[in-house]
Amino acid sequence: MVKFKIERAAAPFWTKTLIPIVAVLVTFLITSILIIIAKANPFAAYYHLLIEPLSSRFSLLEVLVKSTPLILTGIAVAVAFTSGYFNIGAEGQLYAGAIAAAWVGSTFVNLPAIVVIPLMMILGFLAGIIWALIPALLKIKLKVDEVVTTLLMNSIMVYVVSWLLNGVWRNPETGAQQSPEFFEAARYVKLAARSRLHLGLIVALVVVAIVYILIKKTPLGLKMRAIGASKVGAQFAGINVNRTMLIAALVSGGIAGLAGVGEIAGIHYHLINELSNGYGYTGIIAATLGGLNPIGVLVAALFIGLIGTGSLNVSMALRVPVYLGDIVQSTLLLVTLAMLLLQNYRIKRI
Amino acid sequence: MLAVEMKGINKTFGLVKANQDVHFCLEQGEIHALLGENGAGKTTLMRILYGLYKADDGEIFINGQKVAISSPKEAIGAGVGMVTQHFTLVPTLTVAENIVLGYTSGLLLSHKDIEKSVADASEKYGVDVDPSAIVKNLSVGERQRVEILKALYRNARILIMDEPTAVLVPQEVDVLFESLTRLVKAGLSVIFISHKLIEVMAVCDRITVLRDGKITSTVKKSDTNQIELAKMMVGRETFGIKRQPSKTIGNAIYELSGITLEGKHGRKILDGISFSVATSEILGIAGVSGNGQGELTHVLTGLLKPTSGSIKIDGKEISLLSPGEISDAGVGRTPEDRHEGTIGDLTVSENLALENLTDFTKNGFVDQKKINESAKEKIKEFQIKASPNDQLRKLSGGNMQKVVLARALSRKPKVLIASQPTRGLDVGATEYVRKRLLEEKERGTAIVLLSEDLDEVLALADRIAVIYEGCIKGIVPAAEATPEKIGLLMAGAS
Repeated sequence: MVKFKIERAAAPFWTKTLIPIVAVLVTFLITSILIIIAKANPFAAYYHLLIEPLSSRFSLLEVLVKSTPLILTGIAVAVAFTSGYFNIGAEGQLYAGAIAAAWVGSTFVNLPAIVVIPLMMILGFLAGIIWALIPALLKIKLKVDEVVTTLLMNSIMVYVVSWLLNGVWRNPETGAQQSPEFFEAARYVKLAARSRLHLGLIVALVVVAIVYILIKKTPLGLKMRAIGASKVGAQFAGINVNRTMLIAALVSGGIAGLAGVGEIAGIHYHLINELSNGYGYTGIIAATLGGLNPIGVLVAALFIGLIGTGSLNVSMALRVPVYLGDIVQSTLLLVTLAMLLLQNYRIKRI
Repeated sequence: MLAVEMKGINKTFGLVKANQDVHFCLEQGEIHALLGENGAGKTTLMRILYGLYKADDGEIFINGQKVAISSPKEAIGAGVGMVTQHFTLVPTLTVAENIVLGYTSGLLLSHKDIEKSVADASEKYGVDVDPSAIVKNLSVGERQRVEILKALYRNARILIMDEPTAVLVPQEVDVLFESLTRLVKAGLSVIFISHKLIEVMAVCDRITVLRDGKITSTVKKSDTNQIELAKMMVGRETFGIKRQPSKTIGNAIYELSGITLEGKHGRKILDGISFSVATSEILGIAGVSGNGQGELTHVLTGLLKPTSGSIKIDGKEISLLSPGEISDAGVGRTPEDRHEGTIGDLTVSENLALENLTDFTKNGFVDQKKINESAKEKIKEFQIKASPNDQLRKLSGGNMQKVVLARALSRKPKVLIASQPTRGLDVGATEYVRKRLLEEKERGTAIVLLSEDLDEVLALADRIAVIYEGCIKGIVPAAEATPEKIGLLMAGAS
C-alpha cells in the first residue's frame, strides 16, 4: 500500500507568487456554489464584483473612498502585528480619533483650514494613542493578553460614543444622535469633483510611505520586526522588548485614530454611531492579506474596497443579497491563510 | 520468565546509531536501571519498547511472548506503561478524569463512579492521590503519582520511568522511591532511566549501562559501586586529547558568587553557584544535561534574573542588568539554543547588527550599506557559507552558530559566555568553533564554556567545574581531571 506523510518543509519561494491567483480561483470555486444557490450566474456575479467597479469613473473613485479607511486601519494593525502585538482594537481607536475630530471640527469656528485640519489630525492621532494605551500598559506591565483587552475596549467605545450622542452631542432640536455639524474649514477637501473622494486618501498614502520607511529603514523598525519574529531572540540581542512593543502599540492606535478622523472629516461631517462599517476589523484582514507589508496592505485594502463596492453592484444587478460580498471577502481571507499555512508543508510518499 | 526481553535492537537516526545490537532483559519484580550519559540511547530503547519508535530490526518479548508493538496503545495493551519527564495530563481536569481518559465506555460519565474506581485503585496499589483534585493545583510530585496510577489503572505490569527524579524536590524523590519499592513487592517490574549514580544505587536491583548506543554491561547492584559505574558510563580510560600547556592565566575578571535561582514551588534550579574566571582562561562547566546549565546560561546572558547572588565583571555588578546592558558591560554572549538567540526571519546581516544597532545607524536610519559591509567582513572572517541578505533560518546549524559567535565576538568582549557552542554541528564546524574559542582565549578573553560534551570541555578548558542539580560539585584543574573524577562528579556521587 502506498502511504503518504505530511512533513514540515518550506515550499519553493516562487510558489508564494502564485498564492494570490490560486486563492482567487479557489475562492471563486467555493463561493460559486452559494451564488448558484442564490439563483445567479457565478461568472456574471464575478464580473459585477471585480470588473464593473473599475469600468466607470464614479465607481472607481468610490472604490478609493471605501479603501481609504481600510488602508489606515490595515496599516495600524500591520504596525502592531509586525511587532508581535496583536491589536484587535483598531475599531475602538478609530472611534476615539473620530470623537477628537468631532470636537475640533465643531468647536474652533474661527480657525482657518490650514490650522484646524492639522490640529484635528494631531488630536485624532493622540486620541487613538490614549485608547490604545490601557491595553498596551496592561500587556507590558502585567502580561495581560492584548487580544482580549483591545477587543473589549472596542465594546467600551461603542458605549462611549452612544453616551456622547445621547448626551452632550444630541441635537437639541431634532433629537438626532449626531454631533454638531463640521464647519467648512474643518472638512477635508475633495480630491475630485462629483465624487466623495477626499484628502483622507492622501493622508493614508503618506502614512503608508512613512510606515514603510519606519519598518524597513529605521532601527526602531528593525527592532519591531525582530520582536515580531522572536521575542526571546530580540531580548537576547539586547532590545528593550517592552518599550519597543509599547511604541508599536501606540503608533498603531494613533494611525487607527487617523482613520476615524478621515471618515468624519471627509464624508459624514458629524459623529454618528455607524461611522465605521467595521473598518477596524476589516483592517485586520487587510493587514493579514497584505502579509503585514505596508505596500501589500495598501494593495489588499484596495482589493477589499473593490469587493465592497462590487458587492453592491452584484446585489443590484442580480438581485442577490449584498452579504455575498462579505462572504466572498471572508472566504478569500480563509483560503489565503490556509494557503500560507499549507505552504510550510509538503506531502511525501513513504 | 523474563518480564521483558529485547534482542538485537538496532535503531538509526540519519547517521547516528542510537541503538546498536542491544540486548536488554528485565526480570519479574525488579527495579532495573538504565544508566548512561546524554545520547547514550536509553530513551530511544525505551521508546521502542513503548511503541513510540519502531526499531530497524530486533525482537521484543514480553512475559516470554514475542510481540510487535507499533503504538503506545499496543504497548499499554501488552501491559507496558511509561511515565515521561513531561507529563501528559490535562491540567484542567480532575485526577480521576485524567486517569480514566480514553478508557471509559458508554455515553454518560458518572463522576461518582470514576472517582470511586480511581480511589479503589489508589488504595489497591498504595499510590496516594486525591481523585477529585484538579490536576493544575497539584505539585509536580503529585502529578507524577497520577501518571503512575494512570499506568497501573491500565493494568501496566511493566513500568518505564524516564528520569523520574529530574523534576522532583528531594522529599518527593524519597516518596517516589518508597512507592516504587512497594509496587515492586506487589509484582510490578520497573525500568528506571537515570544518569544519577546515587539514585541508581539507592533504589535499583540491577543496572544496565549504555554508552554510545551499545550496552556496556549489566550488573547487580551488590556487585558494583559508584566508581565502577562511572567508569562504565563515561568509558574512557584516557581522554585522548593532548592539550597545550596553557599560556599564563591572568587575573580573575568575571566572578559569580552564590547565584541562586528559584523555580516553582521554591525548587532551587540553581543553588549557590560561585566561580571566577581569569583573563586568558577557559572555565569549562561540564554536566549531564538538565542539571541547570540552561538556566545558568540564561542568567549569565541576562534572559533570567537570579533570585540572589552576584555576578561581577571587573568588580562591576551586572547580575540584574538587561541583556543589552550586560553586552555593553563587555560580556559576549552566545545562547544555549542558537535558534533562541537569533531571529530566523531576519537576514544574516540584520542578525549580526542587531546587538549593536547604534553603530549601524546614520541620521536616524539604519545604515544598510555599513551593515552589509560589516556582514561581508564577518562572513569572510568566520567562513560563514551565506550571503548577507540570506534569511538566517535557511543556514545550516554550523553556519548559524558562526553567525552567533561572530556577533558575540564583534564587540571584542572581555568575557565570553559560550553555551553548548558545538551542539549538533558537523566535524568541520565543530573544529572551527573550538579553534576560535582558543584564539579568543589567547587574545585575553575570559571564557565560560558550558558544554554537555565532556570531551570538548576536557579539550578546551583550563579548569573544569561540574554542575549537578544546580550546584557546582567541584572545580578540577585540567591537569588533574581523570575520567573517574569527572564521571563521579557528573553523576552526583557522594
